[in-house]
Amino acid sequence: MPRTENDKAVSPSRRGVMCTHCGLPVPAGLVDPDPAAETQFCCHGCRGAYALIQQLGLKEYYRVRECVPAIDAPIPVSPRRESFEHFDDPTFLDMYATAQTDGMSAITLVVEGMHCAACIWLIERLPRVARGVVESRVDFRRRQVRLVWDASQQSLSSIASVLDELGYTPHPASQRGRQEARRSEDRAMLIRIGVAGACAGNAMLLSVALYAGLFEGMATEFEQLFRWSSMIIGIVALAWPGQLFFRGALSALRARTLNMDVPIALGLLAGGGTGVANTVLARGEIYFDSVTALVFLLLIGRWIQHRQQRSAADAVELLFSLTPGDVRVVRDGTARQVPLEAVECDEEIEVRPGERIPVDACITRGTTTLDLSLLSGESRPITAKAGEQIFAGSVNLSRTFRAHVTATGQETRVARIMQLVEEASQRKPRIVQAADRIARWFVAAVLCVAGACALAWWFIDASRISEVTTSLLIVTCPCALGLATPLAIDAALGQAARRGILIKGGDVIEALSRPARLLLDKTGTLTEGVMRVAWWQGTEEARVFAAAAEAHSMHPTAEALRRAVTAPLPEATMIEEVIGGGVRAVIRGHRVVVGSRVFVIDEGIPIPSTLAQSEHELLLQGMTPTFVCIDGEVAGLAGLGDPIREDAHRAVTELTDRGWRPGIVSGDHPEIVSLVARRLGIAPEASIGGATPEEKLAIVRESAEREPTVIVGDGVNDAAAIAGATVGIAAHAGAEASLAAADVYLSRPGLGALVALTDGARRTVGVIRRNLAISLGYNVIFASLAVCGLITPLLAAVLMPISSLTVITLSYRSRTFGDPSWR
Amino acid sequence: MAVIYILLPLAILMTIGGIVGFIWAVRRGQFDDVETPKYRILFRDDD
Repeated sequence: MPRTENDKAVSPSRRGVMCTHCGLPVPAGLVDPDPAAETQFCCHGCRGAYALIQQLGLKEYYRVRECVPAIDAPIPVSPRRESFEHFDDPTFLDMYATAQTDGMSAITLVVEGMHCAACIWLIERLPRVARGVVESRVDFRRRQVRLVWDASQQSLSSIASVLDELGYTPHPASQRGRQEARRSEDRAMLIRIGVAGACAGNAMLLSVALYAGLFEGMATEFEQLFRWSSMIIGIVALAWPGQLFFRGALSALRARTLNMDVPIALGLLAGGGTGVANTVLARGEIYFDSVTALVFLLLIGRWIQHRQQRSAADAVELLFSLTPGDVRVVRDGTARQVPLEAVECDEEIEVRPGERIPVDACITRGTTTLDLSLLSGESRPITAKAGEQIFAGSVNLSRTFRAHVTATGQETRVARIMQLVEEASQRKPRIVQAADRIARWFVAAVLCVAGACALAWWFIDASRISEVTTSLLIVTCPCALGLATPLAIDAALGQAARRGILIKGGDVIEALSRPARLLLDKTGTLTEGVMRVAWWQGTEEARVFAAAAEAHSMHPTAEALRRAVTAPLPEATMIEEVIGGGVRAVIRGHRVVVGSRVFVIDEGIPIPSTLAQSEHELLLQGMTPTFVCIDGEVAGLAGLGDPIREDAHRAVTELTDRGWRPGIVSGDHPEIVSLVARRLGIAPEASIGGATPEEKLAIVRESAEREPTVIVGDGVNDAAAIAGATVGIAAHAGAEASLAAADVYLSRPGLGALVALTDGARRTVGVIRRNLAISLGYNVIFASLAVCGLITPLLAAVLMPISSLTVITLSYRSRTFGDPSWR
Repeated sequence: MAVIYILLPLAILMTIGGIVGFIWAVRRGQFDDVETPKYRILFRDDD
């Protein structure tokens, strides 16, 4: 996952000491005490990147950075420092790279860490510093780089390493075909808008001349010329860009429903048809200016809608491509990095500490601890020995081990859960948007009124039937109605994205605007998802020694103990880690033992009875007691647990006050779940523990059938439930699976975003209602005038844009996601 | 006023030219990325 945790780890100690490379504060222990020091670095990554930039002669980078504003918050350089050798694998190149006709190869890579204009500058200078690179072009919004390089001169892996060292860890972008499809879709839409705009502009110009002729007088031959020219332009606009609406209306009619396209298509047909007839017969009004402008404005509405969906999808895909798609396969006795797609069943793989296991496998050599939280939601690590089955998605915490691959790709347990996810999203209850509901009534109403109007005028003045009916259909054409919802949603999605809330579609906003049942995942959503020292009793020395003894372990307990100490750690020697037990080490001549009760007693160290009471308390609170012993005596007792997020209580209370009905669904132990529920004031009957991914989906589905159900989760184990809920929300730093399934992604930690989301949704729906009221009001007033035969085409041409303009202005001026109390 | 018979088709031709140019530009990918170029102008042109 992206390394956002880093920003928290950097605590500003001495104000004013900033990293020369990334510009962030330098932590206390790393400040160079020499007052004459020209450079200061916050981490090794930044130091390395700075040295590399100097060495490559790219000092200009720092000048560029000084004179341009940062676009996003800077992040320290943290290279993965791996060989990237899987980038050279034929399977990899075949999937992501293309061979050009001139013998060069091209690839699009997603890079992490790009945050300012100087980053663009640096990456685009790659051809000058890396041999073999011919072109390097950045697409900042998508965080992508397109590289063209000479494969005979330079391997892709070495180019990737340079990028990595500079702080821009590269990953392959999504597969070629998908990108192509998106690009051509975007381009087709743009061309349609361009053509429609040109038609609308020219038709307007011609009609200005015609209107002028109306007042000043105009020779018939010129009038005819202008009318025929307008007709040609109008037909082009209808037949080319306007086709979109006719096709939409046709498919809706085929499915026996009415959508917004139906009245639009009807209005366009009525206007266009009357216009053509009147041009040919040289009588009455032609409506081509209105018709072409309508096509243009409506296409812009569509474009906005399209863009908002695309940008949220892009942001999620960006996170997606950051997962390493490689695995270390043992072939001929040595471990080689290959792309995930190239590994087959029955091969042997090697997994190092800290790595995520990419396939289902059976351990052949080594014992280790695994973090299964992604799959099961279980917050405590488990021990795995040779012969045990392990599943893709687990994280190796302690030691390098080898395993025999039993299933890859679509066959793994994770993939089967993903199939469940897909199936669940297909069966998802659809949210009917207010605009769609109104559109159906609106279309029916307009058709009835038009029919009645035609009938009435048949009695009043039969010669004016077609004129009045056509002007009615044009004036009621739902231009503002079609813009009202997309614009309000676009403005809201933009504001939400700036607050770290990515919403994939407008329809969920409506579902979130009313209180519903709210199911929360525990691990990582309500709690921080990481172990912390939540309770401590003992000497300060014991605390520091415990952290030092655990300095090199990947175990969550070790990380928690390290995190609890800010002072510099003393050197520990003779470290011995016992899987499932604890750690032995020697620090400053003292023998230090850190571990569980059983481990400490096995070491021959007695546990004083005074601590037994505290230990019992810790166990009752769902924490893991860890003893720290120095020279054969217990010197400290730490209570380790996954603490509830600071803002969780406030968020749950506020949501309950607003009428939401919160509950917990978790894969973790039921006792821990009910403990958390009690602390947050959630009714114990609404909290369910020990649920498998399949059970979670069943619970959510059953609930969604009875009432709107919103679920918040982060792991693969929640993904199916997220896909099956009315609205699925993926919490900060969640698994890719849950991101893909979710309708909303909260990119900042904490539950405050959830409150902001529901409040924002409520306000957005308010704006949509106001917009709909305005455009419907406009339609009702002018439709009645048109029915009375009072609307001249000139008046209609002036009035038409006014309602759209009102709606546009009101949408972009309203603040929907701007509540400062949760910033 | 007979000149209008030349000017009007000429104007339409120019519009067609504009549209063709626009379509060419879109197909060449000129509008694929409208964000990065605005930062690129800030760089000193030293290549």
